[in-house]
Amino acid sequence: MTHAIEPGAADAAGRSLGPAPALAKPTITPAPDSGVARGAAQAAAGDARSTPLPAGKTVLEADEIGRALTRVTHEILERTNGGQDVVLLGIPTRGVPLARRLAARLTQVEGRASAVGSLDITMYRDDLRLRPARALGHTSVPATGIDDKIVVLVDDVLYSGRTVRAALDALSDLGRPRAVQLAVLVDRGHRELPIRADYVGKNLPSSKREVVWVLLTETDGQDAVVLSTEASR
Amino acid sequence: MKRHLISAADLSRDDALLILDTAEELSLVADRPIRKLPTLRGRTVVNLFYEDSTRTRISFEAAAKRLSADVINFSAKGSSVAKGESLKDTALTLEAMGADAVVIRHQASGAPYRLAGWVRGSVVNAGDGTHEHPTQALLDAFTMRRRLGRLDGLRVVIVGDVLHSRVARSNVLLLRTLGADVTLVAPPTLLPVAISSWPCEVSYDFAATLPKADVVMMLRVQAERMNAAYFPTVREYSRRYGLDAGRLALLPDHAIVMHPGPMNRGVEIAAEVADSARSTIVEQVANGVSVRMAVLYLLLGGADLAATAVPATVVPATVVPATAVPATAVPARTTAPTSTTTEVSR
Repeated sequence: MTHAIEPGAADAAGRSLGPAPALAKPTITPAPDSGVARGAAQAAAGDARSTPLPAGKTVLEADEIGRALTRVTHEILERTNGGQDVVLLGIPTRGVPLARRLAARLTQVEGRASAVGSLDITMYRDDLRLRPARALGHTSVPATGIDDKIVVLVDDVLYSGRTVRAALDALSDLGRPRAVQLAVLVDRGHRELPIRADYVGKNLPSSKREVVWVLLTETDGQDAVVLSTEASR
Repeated sequence: MKRHLISAADLSRDDALLILDTAEELSLVADRPIRKLPTLRGRTVVNLFYEDSTRTRISFEAAAKRLSADVINFSAKGSSVAKGESLKDTALTLEAMGADAVVIRHQASGAPYRLAGWVRGSVVNAGDGTHEHPTQALLDAFTMRRRLGRLDGLRVVIVGDVLHSRVARSNVLLLRTLGADVTLVAPPTLLPVAISSWPCEVSYDFAATLPKADVVMMLRVQAERMNAAYFPTVREYSRRYGLDAGRLALLPDHAIVMHPGPMNRGVEIAAEVADSARSTIVEQVANGVSVRMAVLYLLLGGADLAATAVPATVVPATVVPATAVPATAVPARTTAPTSTTTEVSR
């Protein structure tokens, strides 16, 4: 599987406490080598590959994703005093193009350049020891740094919250932002940590048995959010 | 990737590129306010050094510490090895202390391979006799890729004491895997007997190889390993196989000069060449930390492979056998480094 590794699914495997839930089964965990595949996909950055639409229910079409991002952009502007001091940091893989799209919209609305970068969280994950070592994503912080800025973390799907926890740890090693906020395209629930998003493209009540696929033009050749049951993979 | 890193031949092209890409990412950590990652917290890395080393030991130590691993340094001097303890007994002691990785440098070719059969953790070869030094080859490849942008099709000339050089052996194997073309230049006496089986070209004419070279890597004359007169005088060696300003001028403009260190200025490399802008010698040291971080992360960062790994029982997958110098396994009872006295030709 080389695509749509939805961070929540990966996180599901990260739980080591409690009764081994029948739901956090390996079937919704990406193949062990998926980390490598992620890296490979990034190495070929810019080369938008076409991923076939996974079977399942399309919950967001391309234009709906566009509208959701536009709404999130305006919410960010409202809550950050016109986007001043905002640094958008996308979490690889699919958080990065989302952050860039939000940045482009912020620039469009406010007419000034907005800072955007990426934040790889691989080295901070709590489930590293459960799988072979993964390839790293790219971290790039805008030249202005993040000290005393309002950092908006951007990811595609919010699920267990473990990715965001790792991102907060990674952030604290890079500097001391004035505030950290979280923007996600899809919030599918099932949090395992006390974390919530500040900006949500779409709330998507889902079962843990289901898989949320986020496809983006930059990485998959098309825009769509698909909800599928594991059986249909 | 395999559980151990003993030979550059253990690495497939994908493994090698994964290490280089990971190192590229990890090199950015050096520019951050907090130069540390929590990834190997709670893991123990033992540096087991039976031979002297400056760069490699410090580099491995820095790499492990930047990944938050606990580091135990062990050098043969001042330990029970001086009392006659064998490598195996030392290994079992380390095992009992719960080492997750053992970084070993040993004067006997094959020592890391033997060690891998005795300990549960990962073994990283930091130089064994005249056999291999895979992390040096990786950092050399990393430096070449950074400076020249690619490895595929690169023409690399390695000059000097190939016979005693573990760096040359590892570099030939790794660079071949990565698609570069290697030419070895050395006096006939300083080439291994089985050189024809190595995946590279051989030349005795240094100057003729220079105009086409993208990289020139100079090797130190390892006087401490020499047990015979391999060349008449140091001056003659230097004149025929040393890199001076005149030879440097024969190189294309983009070409770089490398040296794994330690250098003998005035012997294999002239001081003005070592200090020139084309020399990457200091850069190689800095890159060493990033590459070793990548190796430690990829060996230790993921799931514990020990549970599933098949114990290494067969011969190591080395393409080039360590010839010329006894490439035997470690003697069962290793006494303090018996440095075979050398008849140095100086």
